[in-house]
Amino acid sequence: MTANSETQPRARRIAVMFATLLLFWVMLMGRVTADVLIVGVMVSLAIALLFPSGLSFFTEFRATPKAFAAGIRYYGLFFKELVKSNLKLAAIVLSPSLPIKPGIVKVRTRLKSRMGRLMLANSISLTPGTLTVEMEGEWLYVHWVSVGSTDVEGATAEIVAGFERYLEVIYG
Amino acid sequence: MTSLLYLLGGILLVAGAVFLLSGGIGLVRMPDAYNRIQAGTKATTLGTLLTLAGVACLRPDWALKLLLIGLFLLFTNPLSSQVLARAAHRVGVKQAPQTVIDRLEEDLGEKP
Amino acid sequence: MVDLLIYLAATIAGVAFLLALWRFMAGPTAADRVIAFDSLTIVSITGIALAALAEGRGIYLDVALVYALLSFLGVIVVARYIERGF
Repeated sequence: MTANSETQPRARRIAVMFATLLLFWVMLMGRVTADVLIVGVMVSLAIALLFPSGLSFFTEFRATPKAFAAGIRYYGLFFKELVKSNLKLAAIVLSPSLPIKPGIVKVRTRLKSRMGRLMLANSISLTPGTLTVEMEGEWLYVHWVSVGSTDVEGATAEIVAGFERYLEVIYG
Repeated sequence: MTSLLYLLGGILLVAGAVFLLSGGIGLVRMPDAYNRIQAGTKATTLGTLLTLAGVACLRPDWALKLLLIGLFLLFTNPLSSQVLARAAHRVGVKQAPQTVIDRLEEDLGEKP
Repeated sequence: MVDLLIYLAATIAGVAFLLALWRFMAGPTAADRVIAFDSLTIVSITGIALAALAEGRGIYLDVALVYALLSFLGVIVVARYIERGF
């Protein structure tokens, strides 16, 4: 964590938190008028000052064009995987013999940042068929409905590699 | 044009509901808690996202709030299923007999 | 036509709700019940969105948002409780 607080100065973290909260507030109200903005700015500022260490969407985000491009492609891959694996799981559930081969495998990630790892774990959990059970540093324990390979390298290549390629550019 | 959007909305609604149903069936048929998390809480997430998209097609003026609900589900759902799976594993909820491997149990055995 | 599709979607979601409810009653472990509860709330959010559509009242969506928030907190709290022992 110390490395993170060095690369992420307190002022920037507060600013990121404030911007995210204000954006969500405006989305919730659905209109941009003076009263909405005044209340939103006051409350967002108070929360950002009180909890500056909270993680938000753009924490540790690298604001470079390359990161934005990778972000868009990441969401493309993510939604493709989401639909594909949901269809696969629906096929498993509907077939009479219930062809599952469950197990918990261990995978390793190259990502260093907290937010990058969180996003990776979330992406793995949201694509049905794989579910992050426990995280320990660079090791992730993943429950898998139909185990493809039981060793660390094979499982990493199948589960992690696709998402990691983009997340590495976005968060590092 | 509008009627096309209406038709798309209706189709998205039904498709989402079908995913919800597959999640429900998975919840009933899967043999242990971990597989039920996989089938239950996540097929239903895509189902809900599709339904919300369908509602947004039928009522474009609600799109912003629906997007907010969708984003919220997209971020909280993996977290809650992760926390649940971890809790289940920590208290030793049994896994199905078909289970082929449990690396987590092996690693926990090494360092007591 | 679209009205019909809304009712069809609501019916299918209702069947999904009943299946999850069966798992909620059957258990067998506390973890299974919490999983079923989580699915029930997600299906309910769909139900609320469909109700908003059928009645044309946008205020229901705020209810759905608060419902999602509360169910998330509830699941986290119960999972913590399970971890500490029954």
